[in-house]
Amino acid sequence: MKRTPVYGMMAEFDSAQLLVDAAQRAHEAGYLKIDAYSPFPVEGLAEAMGFHKNRVPLVVLIGGLLGGLSGYALQYWISAVSYPINVGGKPYHSWPAFIVVTFEMTILFGGISAVFGMLALNGLPMPYHPVFNVPRFAFATRDRFFLIVFSSDPKYNPVETRRFLESLAPRSIAEVPS
Amino acid sequence: MAESKHPAAVGEGAPVIEPGYTFGTVTDKISSIVLTRPTSNGWFFGFGVAFLLTMMMLFAIAYLFARGVGIWGINIPIGWGFAIVNFVWWIGIGHAGTLISAILLLLRQSWRNSINRFAEAMTLFAVACAGMFPLLHMGRPWLAYWLFPYPNTMNYWPQFRSPLVWDVFAVSTYATISFLFWFVGLIPDLATLRDRSTNRVAQIIYGMLALGWRGSARHWHRYETAYLLLAGLATPLVLSVHTVVSFDFAVAIVPGWHTTIFPPYFVAGAIYSGFAMVLMLAIPIRKVYGLEDFITERHLQNSAKVMLATGLIVAYGYAIEAFMGWYSGNRYDAFTLWNRLHGPYAPCYFALLACNIFVPQLLWIRKLRTSPVALFLISGVILVGMWLERFIIVVVSLHRDFLTSSWGMYYPTRWDWMTYIGTIGMFLAAMFLFVRILPMISIFEMRTLLPEAEVKE
Repeated sequence: MKRTPVYGMMAEFDSAQLLVDAAQRAHEAGYLKIDAYSPFPVEGLAEAMGFHKNRVPLVVLIGGLLGGLSGYALQYWISAVSYPINVGGKPYHSWPAFIVVTFEMTILFGGISAVFGMLALNGLPMPYHPVFNVPRFAFATRDRFFLIVFSSDPKYNPVETRRFLESLAPRSIAEVPS
Repeated sequence: MAESKHPAAVGEGAPVIEPGYTFGTVTDKISSIVLTRPTSNGWFFGFGVAFLLTMMMLFAIAYLFARGVGIWGINIPIGWGFAIVNFVWWIGIGHAGTLISAILLLLRQSWRNSINRFAEAMTLFAVACAGMFPLLHMGRPWLAYWLFPYPNTMNYWPQFRSPLVWDVFAVSTYATISFLFWFVGLIPDLATLRDRSTNRVAQIIYGMLALGWRGSARHWHRYETAYLLLAGLATPLVLSVHTVVSFDFAVAIVPGWHTTIFPPYFVAGAIYSGFAMVLMLAIPIRKVYGLEDFITERHLQNSAKVMLATGLIVAYGYAIEAFMGWYSGNRYDAFTLWNRLHGPYAPCYFALLACNIFVPQLLWIRKLRTSPVALFLISGVILVGMWLERFIIVVVSLHRDFLTSSWGMYYPTRWDWMTYIGTIGMFLAAMFLFVRILPMISIFEMRTLLPEAEVKE
């Protein structure tokens, strides 16, 4: 087989509990560039790898504020500046009537920011990724749990890392070609 | 009603998932419906009938475009007719999907995990059916984009003090957010289908739709945050949508419309009819696809209880309407009540009371709450009742208003019926396609319900 650059070393586990423990121990052992894969969101897994906060809420907050402000500004500008028409003697800037559209625009922009912000922060869509080169990785969307140590990790060493992963009682270990 | 995350441990009632399943068997069972199960003759028959009805709708719409809204039964004083009745009915049905997927998620009702996916699909298709009616009703539907504020050479803008403009924003936001919520929920399951399917074309299509999802813990972390925030945004949204729909009526001065009870009573009615539709879909689906282990007696019972509760709120709405007709001392409101009970459409009102108030009281009986056949029938009665409610509100209020000289009658024409029944066909055709090509139960959320998903810190 042709030698290819190595992307990382991957261990396969049977249960969510084993994966969380393994991620915890890898983090404690000083591995910085690791990732874990599971078929459903596992409580505490990201935290075990030292990933505590994500920026999705901030994106949604900014998106929602932007939506609300632009919704209100749009209505104000149209009703009071660009196209003022007298409806039943109501003021041109009749703010209580503008609340509904302001609210809907807040939700619309907030929701769109949540989805596209989450996808962008996750780097999706990403049609190709080296982890898919491991045939057993197809089970990551069924019933198996994976831990990877990336070769870019300063502590990465083909022999040492394999030995470390073996100590975590995995079901199998595979080198991930890049 | 806080529940433990793993309902197998909960004593009350049937489990939300029958014991004995593992991550693998749950995955295989749901994905095999899409990937390996042969398409049955029953599916082709059902889809064929729904497709023919859709064609009938397209025919009715084509004729409408050629001749104008005069082919419908509408005329002054009843300018709204079937189009608005059906619009409110369909959009109300959609509300149960958002309630199940968003509000029950925030309330940690994990039993929702097996019914939220197809309830969300139901929402999308119902909103699609609903959205057509106001456009068809406009007279010049090709100018529908005038509803949106965009710079134009006429130097003309929408009038933002009108509830009808609010409705445009509410319904289009609702359709967008419902689609995004549904699609985000599908991404991990599309990845499962990509990895499970053996057909090259299916792999490519599911692969593209899955956006390269690989289940990384960091991705799940952001995914769960985004999903929760979407649920938090969709919750006030769904309440606002039917509120704004009710403003279309309540802000007008027509007797029978001009009342402050409308927003809560419309929202409750929406959820009422939506759960009836969920049951009418879930009961045959679980039977045909053998999903009784996932959509258990517990789901049927809980849905029945929601219907019972919202049905009582609706009954309260009717009672307050009648009470205010008398108590307000307003002779036009009093006449509206009299006209409902004794006018030419009185049979509709009595049928409404029977369908929406009396028949659903059968749900107090546990035996009927757990019987799929009884629930299916009662749900059908409720859907008819909720349609009649909108008919009463739209037609019966409009046909006799302040001046006797402007009274009139409304009789739907065959084109009204063809369009209405046609949208039911379109809705069912979309549901048939959905259960065939996408996982109708959220696989990854079902995995989290299994005891083996639990992790000790």
